[in-house]
Amino acid sequence: MTTYSFRLYVAGNTERSHAAEVNLRFLCDAHLSGMYEVEVIDAVERPELAEEGRILATPTVVRLAPPPQRRVIGDLSDHGRAAIALGLPAADASPSEGQ
Amino acid sequence: MTGSNAIARIPTGINGFDHVTLGGLPAGRSTLVSGTTGSGKTLFAVEFLSRGIMRFNEPGVFVTFEETVTDIRRNSASLGFPIQSWEDDGKWAFVEASASIGEDAPAVGAYDFGALVARIEHAVRQTGARRVALDSLNAIFTRFADISVVRHELFRVASALKALGVTSVLTAERPEEYDGVTRYGVEPFVLDNVIILRNVLRQGRRSRTVEIVKFRGATHRTGEWLFTIDPRDGIVVVPLAFLTPSDHASLARVSSGIPELDEMCGGGFYRDAIVLMTGPTGTGKTLASLRFAAAAVEAGERCLLCTFDGTRGQLFRTAASWGLDLKAMQASGLARVMSSYAEVTSPEDLFLQLRRAVEEFAPARLVIDTVSALERVVAPRTLLDFIIALGAVLRQSEITTLLTRTPSGRLISADAPAIASDIAGLSDVWIQLRYVEGPAEIQRAIAVLQARGSAHDHRIRQFWIDDTGMHIGGPLRGVPHVFTGATDPGTAWGSPESEATEGPSG
Repeated sequence: MTTYSFRLYVAGNTERSHAAEVNLRFLCDAHLSGMYEVEVIDAVERPELAEEGRILATPTVVRLAPPPQRRVIGDLSDHGRAAIALGLPAADASPSEGQ
Repeated sequence: MTGSNAIARIPTGINGFDHVTLGGLPAGRSTLVSGTTGSGKTLFAVEFLSRGIMRFNEPGVFVTFEETVTDIRRNSASLGFPIQSWEDDGKWAFVEASASIGEDAPAVGAYDFGALVARIEHAVRQTGARRVALDSLNAIFTRFADISVVRHELFRVASALKALGVTSVLTAERPEEYDGVTRYGVEPFVLDNVIILRNVLRQGRRSRTVEIVKFRGATHRTGEWLFTIDPRDGIVVVPLAFLTPSDHASLARVSSGIPELDEMCGGGFYRDAIVLMTGPTGTGKTLASLRFAAAAVEAGERCLLCTFDGTRGQLFRTAASWGLDLKAMQASGLARVMSSYAEVTSPEDLFLQLRRAVEEFAPARLVIDTVSALERVVAPRTLLDFIIALGAVLRQSEITTLLTRTPSGRLISADAPAIASDIAGLSDVWIQLRYVEGPAEIQRAIAVLQARGSAHDHRIRQFWIDDTGMHIGGPLRGVPHVFTGATDPGTAWGSPESEATEGPSG
């Protein structure tokens, strides 16, 4: 099974940063049954990485794998839209939730 | 000029701009530079940083939302701004925020520009930047759907810049000239300071202007100022319609080249004088110009001769017919002739050329024969601005200047007489040449109508021209209408302008 890899850019230890990470992990747990990795980059601490990734808005999630790369801006509070935007497989299809 | 709460300025180093703004941009603040496409916004932003590095050794950070870093480096190199090497020296840093191709990130939920702010802060700290430019804000509005969020976030960027203590320029695009300040209502968040760049067609000529709409809590000059984009000097604001006040006034006198005229002017012209000589075609203005130039060369001084009405060859020939060897004068390195037709250049560019020539050649004297050539191609008001701007440069360098003008010219607009007296008002000495009908012949008459700060001959004197030059004789008598006795130079001696406008129009 494909392992999904995400990079989450946030700015500072804020509620919004926290919400984005929680939402991303929730979606991954629901849709990818744990087969994922998330790297969180704080642009305030690592501005050079934000520069490299040309990140303007935070939070920004970049799906690094599988290709194609996708970017989604925002705290992912709308789970349905976030899953589609990140190209996650439908939650129903995941074996752990099999019906 | 308020003393206590006056806001400090930082000079931009952009040519002429700091004159117009009375010292530059408000220090530690953000200034919005708004303009239509092609108005020179990006160049303004690039120059603001480049001049900062070149003239004041102040590092800068350039945040680009629109053009790519590669494009900016390349375009700036052609203007002599070696951005790449400044980057290598750590004096210039880019924050690349332009949209990469195919990048289309949907927004899900709330977001802010925290990363952008962090990147700008990082770049500012790394370079020790004093100046920051953001170009252009509109590009972000087109990339993020929620305009109110963008507006709010830009306010946050501006606050961050203020907290960093840097002076910044933020550019924004306006949909069209003379309509609001910016397209997306960007202005509210940097309303403190707003500059508008314009690029409009006026009387068939494209003209660029800059206007300082507001500098909160700071004085600045109002109105639109012409500027040009020069391939060598970049933006050059022609600081028109005001004179640099100079406390210094020269008491030294120089010769006009015609001994009798020197005597009429109380012993020659003051060294920093601007002399206006008016007279109809053929009265001897060019001869007087050439004598003036020759006097400079004889005194071992450099003279710049500008003619806008003919070729260099014609001028040499004319000079030779009066026994003046202009070629030899030029060969001596003391005289330089600039000739062009007024029609082929704009007054802004002409001003630049003259200013450059003044800097490079450093003449002690300047002759323009005639400014009337310019009247054919520019509005009276523009001509006036040109002469004022030139005057500021010339006075500063104490260059004795002779301007000649054919009053009847082709000045046909209603305000022509006003302009004529305005030009005269700007000059220190006003000499008028005229034809006078004598009993049996046409005679030439000369009068000094004005000689600021000096006693002068109030008589109207006859003069004649032969192959050895101009000779001024005694007072002209028996021509009653010539002597009006008026004291106002604008009306004295029945100026040809007023005659022209009183005549039948057609």
